[in-house]
Amino acid sequence: MSLFDVFDVSSSALTAQSQRLNVTASNLANADSVAGPDGTAYKARQVVFQAVPQDAEGGITKVSVAGVVEDPSPAKSVFNPSHPLADAQGYVKMPNVNVVDEMVNMMSASRSYQSNVEVMNTAKTLLQKTLTLGQ
Amino acid sequence: MIDRLDQMLSFQADALKLRAQRQTVLATNIANADTPNYKAVDFDFAKALSSAQGSGSGDGAAAGGSIEMLYREPSQASLDGNSVDMDAERGQFADNTIKYEAALRVLNAQIKTMLAAVTG
Repeated sequence: MSLFDVFDVSSSALTAQSQRLNVTASNLANADSVAGPDGTAYKARQVVFQAVPQDAEGGITKVSVAGVVEDPSPAKSVFNPSHPLADAQGYVKMPNVNVVDEMVNMMSASRSYQSNVEVMNTAKTLLQKTLTLGQ
Repeated sequence: MIDRLDQMLSFQADALKLRAQRQTVLATNIANADTPNYKAVDFDFAKALSSAQGSGSGDGAAAGGSIEMLYREPSQASLDGNSVDMDAERGQFADNTIKYEAALRVLNAQIKTMLAAVTG
């Protein structure tokens, strides 16, 4: 238990938040991907964060990404008979990506990332000041 | 003689150790601000410091076992069961940073005083 643990904890959060940002980027990039490798529309993905206690008595808990899950909501049906992938009724299955949700997710991830960077910087400053103790 | 020196510095040393520990705990809370069902924790600094002083050598603070972790009372409940209030945590973090530096400065001054006494 020392101030060095701050780096472990905060960097685990940085990893988790950057993965969340990656997944958001993937969702936004594929917001119009009507056909994936399996021939169906792209499904939005979300990361699931998990607390990993390191030292329960000391209150140290790291963050990890427990998994990436697919959004189970149905694909959006858009009427566009001229589309090559339209079904008999003229509907195209579009990805279930909610662009507004993804933008909110992106902002939240970036703010959390910034907070953790600031925490690490503060811990670094404190450690540097501690090094000069008694000089 | 050394025992006296140790006695003089032990209070601020304990305080510094506990400040470092609290800094880690607050960093943990900030790191888990988006983790579902994570409950923010903290400890009573005054109580932890007095128990570290009571234990004598000052090892109580380092062991960490004697410190009772408490869950923070959430001011606004969130849907995912997370009880981290980012504003409160950031405030406490800044507060703890200043107090860590304060303990550091006092300790430094004490060391300087003793050095002055030694070197004359």
